[in-house]
Amino acid sequence: MREFADLYAELDSTTKTGAKVAAMERYFASATPADAIWAVYFLSGRKPKQAAPSRRLRQWVRELADLPEWLFDECYHSVGDLAETIALLLPTSEQLSEMSLTDWVEQRLLPLRAMPEEEQKAAVLTAWRELDARRRFVWNKLITGEFRVGVSQLLVVRALANVAKLDPGLVTHRLMGEWSPTPAFYQSLVSAETGDGAASQPYPFFLAHPLEGEPPELGSAEDWQVEWKWDGIRSQVIRRRGQSFVWSRGEELVTDRYPELKSLADALPDGTVLDGEILPWKDGQVLPFQELQRRIGRKTVGKKLLQEVPVVLMAYDLIEIDGVDQRDRPLSERRDKLEQVARAIDHPELILSPRVQADSWESLANLRQTSRERQVEGMMLKRRSSPYRVGRIRGDWWKWKIEPYAVDAVLINAQAGHGRRSGLFTDYTFGVWDGEILVPIAKAYSGLTDEEIREVDAFVRRNTLEKFGPVRTVTPMLVFELGFEGIQASSRHKSGVAVRFPRMLRWRKDKQPRDADTLERVKALMRVGGES
Amino acid sequence: MSDSLVELTDQGLYCPAGGFHIDPWKDVDRAVITHAHGDHARRGSRSYLAAEAGRGLLEARLGDVRLETRPYGEAVDINGVRVSFHPAGHVLGSAQVRIEYRGEVWVVSGDYKLADDPTCLPFEPVRCDTFITESTFALPIYRWERSGDIFHQINAWWRANRDAGRASIIFAYSLGKSQRILAGVDASIGPIITHAAVENLNRAYRATGVKLPETALVSETAKGKAFAGALVIAPPSAEGSAWQKRFEPASTAVASGWMQVRGARRRRSADRGFVLSDHADWPGLLEAVSLTGASRVLATHGSAGVLARWLREHGLDAGVIATRFGDEDDVAGGEAS
Repeated sequence: MREFADLYAELDSTTKTGAKVAAMERYFASATPADAIWAVYFLSGRKPKQAAPSRRLRQWVRELADLPEWLFDECYHSVGDLAETIALLLPTSEQLSEMSLTDWVEQRLLPLRAMPEEEQKAAVLTAWRELDARRRFVWNKLITGEFRVGVSQLLVVRALANVAKLDPGLVTHRLMGEWSPTPAFYQSLVSAETGDGAASQPYPFFLAHPLEGEPPELGSAEDWQVEWKWDGIRSQVIRRRGQSFVWSRGEELVTDRYPELKSLADALPDGTVLDGEILPWKDGQVLPFQELQRRIGRKTVGKKLLQEVPVVLMAYDLIEIDGVDQRDRPLSERRDKLEQVARAIDHPELILSPRVQADSWESLANLRQTSRERQVEGMMLKRRSSPYRVGRIRGDWWKWKIEPYAVDAVLINAQAGHGRRSGLFTDYTFGVWDGEILVPIAKAYSGLTDEEIREVDAFVRRNTLEKFGPVRTVTPMLVFELGFEGIQASSRHKSGVAVRFPRMLRWRKDKQPRDADTLERVKALMRVGGES
Repeated sequence: MSDSLVELTDQGLYCPAGGFHIDPWKDVDRAVITHAHGDHARRGSRSYLAAEAGRGLLEARLGDVRLETRPYGEAVDINGVRVSFHPAGHVLGSAQVRIEYRGEVWVVSGDYKLADDPTCLPFEPVRCDTFITESTFALPIYRWERSGDIFHQINAWWRANRDAGRASIIFAYSLGKSQRILAGVDASIGPIITHAAVENLNRAYRATGVKLPETALVSETAKGKAFAGALVIAPPSAEGSAWQKRFEPASTAVASGWMQVRGARRRRSADRGFVLSDHADWPGLLEAVSLTGASRVLATHGSAGVLARWLREHGLDAGVIATRFGDEDDVAGGEAS
């Protein structure tokens, strides 16, 4: 546990990817396979469910530190992180434990969840007593189910690949899908032998990069396969060894949530893997993403919901056929095979992503202007000769998105952020004019530079009107251009509209609050966008 | 009319009976100064009164002003009000101001700490009726490790950098924190180089008799000479500047009480954050308040509201006094912290 807590501290204290990879390499090189695989598990973003409710943890630390609730809350708002607040408030520990990470996880952490409250309390308090500040913080992150560290799976893979002297693409593939953090799995992860993976194992997705510059710079339009950019959930549908699997973004097995897609997978020939997008689809057209949200996270779906929001797979690509990996074949060939499969099974829930036909970039650009009416986010440009690569790589696949909706809105509330942004006012609520009142239209956290954040932070502190817990209302003075991808009517929002993916595009220092947009104009945008 | 011995005016804390201000932020006739940090000692007043031990620093900071000083503990009579200075343990020459009039005693703490610091006299509790206390770090999350443990960490970091052929740059406030670091590190590890802003104040410290290890100015270090293995002490304003480039390859660190919190640490681009503060931590504030025996406490700067509420809940008459010391909201800056 000490080594893992030290690794966490090292990863946390640097922004240099080289240093992060080097720290992980040192850890993997010296850790036991059992510890190493738990480290891979946590570092790659997998985490156990919350082991003890936050409410209890707060209660216990307050008892130990003898603090009233208000003072705990003050501390929490100042720190912006529950696990850290607890670590900072606990009395100093005396007897440190040198148990391994594996023992901590398997003997101390995992059993917690099922324990009755009193037993759980005793176990957590014992753990706190045996850990120093650094280890307590990591432990708290684990028991609150909030473990996160600033490394991407990409970096974890790079470190593993370096230690095992393997191709990073192979390691990425081996880490896909479901696996158990066992020493045996670690051995197979870093093994030079290539064995058969699990039947369920998906491939790493090839992800498109946002287009930089203009399409003509990509050469002749004929070399490119153009598709619409659909707004759903990226998915892989797998049929192998007589079994069917549906993966959402390659991380979560969702076969049972989408019976339509299970039926489609069942119909595929054995040894087939399709790549596509799960879309809510009815009467030959796509439904708004909000409809799909009703199905996301629903473990079982009722008849009514299945009728209201049926889904399809909008298939893009064919990654495996007859049990053979097709990733090094050119896209044009994969597309032909995909079309053959689709014809052969003729399944209602399998729709081929249509190829947008046009003879020039100019006509494509014109067609792209119709994106909103079609309820798509723009176009995908894929080089016809491209292999199916691993991860987000420039050059072969581009997303050519339409400009977001833009609205000028006024900053009305601010709240301190978390993690790197704790103690800084970084989470904002914006309003637009409805007559003489500013009605909240969106919350946004991203889009400003660090310097701008500091400036807004200072503004918030000087212009606070009222404090409601961690939220401050401010004098409406600052105007920002907000961007978002969609607008929907909503009865749950005071403004009557809900926006999708709001973020700050620019700080309009040239504008006064009076110049901000009206709710009426926002609603007009919604009508242009087309309602279903 | 006010029956308070000290009250808040537009110019700063004011003693109406004595007709003087304490650490005023605007020009006044008579300024009584707790210590030489910029938010407490400002130019522009007609005359200044401070503790003798701080003379050198005040002259370095304020230049040629009418400055009168008194040894710690020696009282001055100002219009029938007895004023004396008592060590605050914050930086060299830092003082609490004791004010006595018609049998009532107030103490204005200025900034203070209870942790040990070889560059100044330790905090001396002064019995009083009303205690105006700083409250920069008045949250229970702020509990400092022993200074010795912090210096152990700094030394280990410096040694590891030296062994890896890197310079170690530590950003610390030039008055007080820098000298505390100089006096606390193991100078046998390597050469110590200082920024000019730090060296100016080192001179005043040395002239007052504080023992500091040998230092060299960056500008005195030959061009092209490798800085590998050296400890470089610079003010926070130099962080991320072009000035810093010459030391590469280097590891950077910030020494400040704010480094206690991960978010603050991560916002600074430094590689390390050492939790070293010249202010009292939460237990320190509570201890200081208790040692004064004051029945009334006014908190100022930082989490003043928190400290006041805590003290009220523990039976004291406590409130907040909104001075302009420090920059309450400059949580990540921590210049003087």
